[in-house]
Amino acid sequence: MNPALQGLLTIIIGVGGCIAYYFFSNQFLDKVLYPPSGPNAGRNINRANMIRPWLFLFPALFVLGLYLAYPVFETFRLSLTQRGAGFVGFDNYARMFGEPKFREAMQNNMLWLVVVPAFSTGFGLLAAQLTDRIGWGNIAKSLIFMPMAISFVGAAVIWKLVYDVRPVDQEQIGILNAILLGLGWDQPVTFLTVPFWNNFFLMIVLVWIQTGFAMVILSAALRGIPEETIEAAIIDGANPFQIFFKIKVPQIMGTIVVVWTTITIVVLKVFDIVFAMTNGQWKTQVLANYMYDKLFRANDWGVGSAAAMIIMLLVTPILVWNVYSARKEMR
Amino acid sequence: MDNIAGKKSGLTWAVHISVVLLVALWLFPTVGLFVSSFRTADQIASSGWWVAPFPSEQSIQLRTAAPDTQVEEGGLHVIQGNLFAEEGQAAADVSAWGTSARDVAAHAPGDTVDLGDDGRLTVQANGDYRLESDTELSGRRGERVFLTVTTPPEFTLDNYREILGPGNREGMAKAFFNTLTVTIPATIIPILVAAFAAYALAWMDFPGRALLIAAVVGLLVVPLQLALIPLLKLHNEIGIGKGYLGTWLAHTGFGMPLAIYLLRNYMVGLPRDIIENAKVDGATDFQIFVKIILPLSFPALASFAIFQFLWTWNDLLVALVFLIDATGETTVMTKQIVELLGTRGGNWEILATAAFVSIAVPLVVFFAMQRYLVRGLLAGSVK
Repeated sequence: MNPALQGLLTIIIGVGGCIAYYFFSNQFLDKVLYPPSGPNAGRNINRANMIRPWLFLFPALFVLGLYLAYPVFETFRLSLTQRGAGFVGFDNYARMFGEPKFREAMQNNMLWLVVVPAFSTGFGLLAAQLTDRIGWGNIAKSLIFMPMAISFVGAAVIWKLVYDVRPVDQEQIGILNAILLGLGWDQPVTFLTVPFWNNFFLMIVLVWIQTGFAMVILSAALRGIPEETIEAAIIDGANPFQIFFKIKVPQIMGTIVVVWTTITIVVLKVFDIVFAMTNGQWKTQVLANYMYDKLFRANDWGVGSAAAMIIMLLVTPILVWNVYSARKEMR
Repeated sequence: MDNIAGKKSGLTWAVHISVVLLVALWLFPTVGLFVSSFRTADQIASSGWWVAPFPSEQSIQLRTAAPDTQVEEGGLHVIQGNLFAEEGQAAADVSAWGTSARDVAAHAPGDTVDLGDDGRLTVQANGDYRLESDTELSGRRGERVFLTVTTPPEFTLDNYREILGPGNREGMAKAFFNTLTVTIPATIIPILVAAFAAYALAWMDFPGRALLIAAVVGLLVVPLQLALIPLLKLHNEIGIGKGYLGTWLAHTGFGMPLAIYLLRNYMVGLPRDIIENAKVDGATDFQIFVKIILPLSFPALASFAIFQFLWTWNDLLVALVFLIDATGETTVMTKQIVELLGTRGGNWEILATAAFVSIAVPLVVFFAMQRYLVRGLLAGSVK
């Protein structure tokens, strides 16, 4: 069948099926199982109201359980097994820690975890503060925010053109090398193959994407600061820098933390950029790409699952903190 | 803010300039690719994209007509014509010319130069020339002339025609429709499922509700990397294998926590009176949900729809794992672009165009619906 037609059919069946499920299950509950009439009307209404939430929740809980909760446990189980050998305890982890590629991925990931959230949040804060003060700030915001809509793969192509290298006797078509040679460098730089520094050139891509996100959230937070605090500071003779760093930033610290952790999670999952730009060569491996390599290139599901568990482990503190603060907020 | 204190900030200009710089920095990479997608392979290889909007200057070497075309005019032997026309070149503006390879830009257009035995040569800005001599000109070939010409900037849609046209080798047209096929059901179905769940979590009382909300917040950050192997195994065992159905299900699952979280946060904020009044009037939960909550929640539904659309359209990992099988019939655009990066890394005209075909749709959605996107972001970050 034509996939487009299949897609259309899926939408109809999916949406229609969902609506039918919700409608008929409610009807069944109200009309057949516990009708709100007859001798037991009161009891029936109560019972129906106890069951109804679960009718509403069931499909969502089912996919959540199957697609997110169950895999956490199953991946953990798989990380303790090897194909053909069955249960092997923490053997996979031991093997993985012994691999230089894994250690490289860990080191790089730590670097990513520090650099990308820091620079994205920093630039975002700067952009938010500056654009809030000028008339065309909204246009500027939307242009800085734009990379958010671009896929990681698209961004990889965009930046590969920026980093492009030609032999020294040819015209440079990558703008960075053109600028460098214009400034008097005698050799073009192969940005993506210089070990260690190439990590930073990959990180720039993610910073470029994430800054808009940080800017939007922080800009809203900056606007929410009570004006009295700023007026008081002005009357006390504070200069704009003091107002920004000593009055505004402390008041939006909570939001800064949220932005930072959200970007941290993006960083831990970053896969496409490295996959498309260097594929982990020249010492740019990261955990998510290492895991993909193990799972689908080396076909080593044990070690691949172990790598996935490491990512999960790194996310866990944020998970706990999020749940904790969400519960605190609800009370 | 500074006006309150009675003085205008001296920093205003610094702010304007910094923002211009920041925006330029953020825009430049994308513009580079965009401009490149309208240039020919030759243009891309011979100059940077940033010179594309300017007329380009280059040196070319042409010849006048051969001496056997000379005519006699009142005692003078004359060869005339247009240098570009002689060799079938496109017309261009001559900014300088010369007759010696040592100094190709020795003369300005309109100058007359004495070539000694070979006569006197005049070249006009449009390439018209006139070579006259008192004696008969000899030789087999025409006079060599070096021209510095400026060609106007030139852009072409050929790349797009080639990428999207029928029978192209890169399969981008097919991938475009495949991406669309993945995206639309994967956006619509989670919204519906999540909306019901969000309503239950926001407005229905039942034991364990707080626990479920906490679980959703927790699942919000679970990396989908963990789901790859267990679910691929599961899909294979229940016979779905690799294909659209599995991909739609996977996207539904991975988008669900954010959908529930966003929608619940929004629905909780709806006025309690409306819902209680409706209940007093005898409306069932189902009716309240469909007739009151859903229409009122439109902004939140739109926010999530944009997120999910951007995420599924731009996704590579889920497509690689759950969709694309060995035949490659169900390939999506992101995968095609990665392929192109590997096989045709130097062909920037193909790469840039393919990337832009894929980027264009999200960008349109982004600029059209930015308001909802921002609102969703603000509601979606855990505070």
